[in-house]
Amino acid sequence: MIRIEPRQATSHCLKYGVPVVSAIVALALAAIPLALAGANIATAYREMFSGVFGSVFAFSEMLTRATPLIFTGLAAAIAFRARLWNIGAEGQLYLGAMAAVAVGTGFLDVPGFILLPLIIICGAAAGAAGMAVPTFLRTRFGADEVVTTLLLNFIILIFLQMMLEGPIKDPMGLGWPQSPPILDQGMLPPLIDRMRVHSGLVLAIVAAIIAQFLLVRSVWGFRLRAVGENASAARHAGIGVNRLLFSVAIVSGALAGLAGVGEVAGLKGYLTADLSPGFGYTGIVVAMLAGLSPAGVVVSALFIASVFVGADSMSRAMGVSSYLADLVVSMSLLCVLVGGFFARFRIVRTRAAAGGA
Amino acid sequence: MDILQIVLTESFWAASLRIATPLIFGVLGALICERAGVLNLGIEGIFVAGAMSGWMAVWLGAGLWGGVLVAALAGGLFGLVHAILTVPLGLSQHVSGLGVTLFATSVSYFAYRTALPNVSSPPRIEPFRPLDVPVLSDLPFLGPVLFQQTALTWLALLMVVLVWYVLNRTPLGVAIKAVGDNPSSVDAQGLSVYGLRIGAIVAGSALMALGGAFLTMSAFDAFFFGMINGRGWICIALVIFANWRPGKALIGALLFGAFDALQVRLQTEVGALVPSQVFLMMPYILSIIALVIAARGADYPRALLQPWFKGQR
Repeated sequence: MIRIEPRQATSHCLKYGVPVVSAIVALALAAIPLALAGANIATAYREMFSGVFGSVFAFSEMLTRATPLIFTGLAAAIAFRARLWNIGAEGQLYLGAMAAVAVGTGFLDVPGFILLPLIIICGAAAGAAGMAVPTFLRTRFGADEVVTTLLLNFIILIFLQMMLEGPIKDPMGLGWPQSPPILDQGMLPPLIDRMRVHSGLVLAIVAAIIAQFLLVRSVWGFRLRAVGENASAARHAGIGVNRLLFSVAIVSGALAGLAGVGEVAGLKGYLTADLSPGFGYTGIVVAMLAGLSPAGVVVSALFIASVFVGADSMSRAMGVSSYLADLVVSMSLLCVLVGGFFARFRIVRTRAAAGGA
Repeated sequence: MDILQIVLTESFWAASLRIATPLIFGVLGALICERAGVLNLGIEGIFVAGAMSGWMAVWLGAGLWGGVLVAALAGGLFGLVHAILTVPLGLSQHVSGLGVTLFATSVSYFAYRTALPNVSSPPRIEPFRPLDVPVLSDLPFLGPVLFQQTALTWLALLMVVLVWYVLNRTPLGVAIKAVGDNPSSVDAQGLSVYGLRIGAIVAGSALMALGGAFLTMSAFDAFFFGMINGRGWICIALVIFANWRPGKALIGALLFGAFDALQVRLQTEVGALVPSQVFLMMPYILSIIALVIAARGADYPRALLQPWFKGQR
């Protein structure tokens, strides 16, 4: 007989080992699609590695890519901890970007030390509003937030396309559906000269540190975890569950909004409808790989960003489709899920005669 | 008013049924999974996999029905991944489902790009043709609406009846519903909870994939990136709207198809006044409204989202 029983305690070795092993397994599994695509596997891995670590520029590109992923990963991690299923980070990212463009492209011509904080606050507020709506629909009407946040992603993207063809279209944009550029003083300053990595990365890391502190050390974090572990017990213990979920929604949405602010006001400078290649959805993988720990999100975002940047570079060099990166990312999510099972349970062989536990 | 004139035309209802077809497959598939107690958010990716693999099989010369079979197998396979993760391993159904969606989507996109590296316009296949049923096709109203649809639309309607029959009139259906309400009682009767749930998820996922296959083999004749565009998520909303009943699922999908067909026609009428995006948003907004309306009275399968382990009380 084979029996599954919960482990008494999850050791640190398992807790940190599972995500690392999952990531390695997912990377190793990439050999299968690489072989099917007819590529030389060793060369492909070497190209991927040098695409991230081969030069300072390559590494800075990886950091640039990791910045929005830290924000969306935090958005997912915080919400999922409270069992608030925010799958709408993609839409909230675009709301943040739209708000950044709305205040940052000349509507207010004020000095940078006013404009930049204003852009950041408005972007965060827009993202927060984007998550407050589905949370209201859940607490008031019982409408499942998984479905509403997913559907809102599509609504927001279409709304953005409407805005880009109307109110926020750049009159100098030669007809392209793009917004005017953010004023120079409203841009997040670059971290290294002549490279794209910008101070949004610093903001993201600070956000992760604050989130980690709040989650582990604050009363709010304690309540959040209590609601996530057992909402009805938390309610009996006197925690206002709906109020807490709202506060979680606002924090989570704001973080996703900041991802959009960083991409517009740190990287691109203007807004188009293809600003995000699915950062919102990838944030879920980042969060799961991090075991829903904000500090872990930084590490897993760096890993996922490496996969994307490495695979892009490999793809350019060898002609293998860059969808390989998405494949590795999705496989690492599935691997970490399975790994999480073995961290929480162990499989015991029992003799049929031995009977109960 | 103009709306009345639109709604009374045959072509309007023919279009509604056509738009509803992939949703009928998707809602039925999701409904089977949820009736067995497992939410399947893999649906969006399984739609993509069905659309891609079915189309690819036809393009490689498998024939249209061969393509349908390949799509169903691909859907069942991705469903099996979700089933293993959520049933014996009892992992989060939300996260596993999203993982399957990401996985199925990226496998499909990677396979398509690897098979066709440098195509600017997607290659086309000869899709299903409308079935011209002698005599019936010439009926005044029903003729064009019902009897000029493709075989896959007929298959979808047949599936509604079949799923209803299996769920409500067979011991298997009783067992599937019981496993979604009270798995321990099913186990006590000596039936396999794991087997029933895994079987339901695989079968449901195969149905979902047919919804995707309809898009590339009947509604259109090629595969495009991003062509599923949230249809899977809409199905998840429609299952709640249908209160997990196949008949209501059909009505929900048809209503949805009718609204979608209406907005396309309204767009041509008043397109100059309102931005086209307002109409594009409508399906998603309608789904949210339907969900809000239905959520209060929703009769969720009692064991939905709850993992069950053998030996647990």
